[in-house]
Amino acid sequence: MKKNVMKISFLAKTENVIFARTVAVGFLVNLNMEIGFLNEIKTAISEAVTNAIVHGYNHDESKFVELEMSYDDYLVTMEIIDHGIGIENVEKAREPLFSSKIDEERAGLGFTIMEVFSDELTVKSKVGEETRVRMVKTYSASR
Amino acid sequence: MGLNVQMALRKNILVIRLKGELDQATVTSLKYKVSEVIDKYRIKNLVINLQEVPFMDSSGIGFIIGRYTQVKLRKGHIAICSMNEMIERIVNLSGLKKICLIASDEKEAEERLEVA
Repeated sequence: MKKNVMKISFLAKTENVIFARTVAVGFLVNLNMEIGFLNEIKTAISEAVTNAIVHGYNHDESKFVELEMSYDDYLVTMEIIDHGIGIENVEKAREPLFSSKIDEERAGLGFTIMEVFSDELTVKSKVGEETRVRMVKTYSASR
Repeated sequence: MGLNVQMALRKNILVIRLKGELDQATVTSLKYKVSEVIDKYRIKNLVINLQEVPFMDSSGIGFIIGRYTQVKLRKGHIAICSMNEMIERIVNLSGLKKICLIASDEKEAEERLEVA
């Protein structure tokens, strides 16, 4: 059973990347999670939101990125949504070191980091419509 | 907030001390500042001190790879020092250790660059 849910949306500005990861950690503050666990969530959210801004919207700052989070007794679920260009080949995009923007000094590590720092990563995309990145992370709370 | 950059030139080594979080927002202006200095002074070797960087994501890795490409043209090297545990995990994941020297502090970073 879900114990708590939050949804926010914010403009696709790079200064909102820090906003998103700070909000994400703030939402979980009551769960007394370890700092290492929270840092993994922070980094994973940072990567997903950066992807939405840079790739999904190609820096169009008039568009909105959505962040939805929830938790129950065992799992934290995070979903980052953009209504941008979509990903034609999700498999290819998820390959380590692959980047569609080779002239922008991108490491091509976003999905790799999201994968390593979550227990389950699902990427659903419709070209020209939207991209949804969903991450699930198991936790053991000290209660 | 934002990112504070301090640069010092010591014995042909450019030391960059960063203070703040390294992500897509802060990396963009950092890249212009640093790459301009590297070109202007024909810098070969670079120390990137992350002592006061509490957070870095893959945008930071992209920044370091970009500077590596720049100094590589002059057969130079990059040493990264004073990373926290989380940043070290990301650096490990990125494979950056294959192309950069890793040091525990600035002094060690400079010593390693001198013999590199």
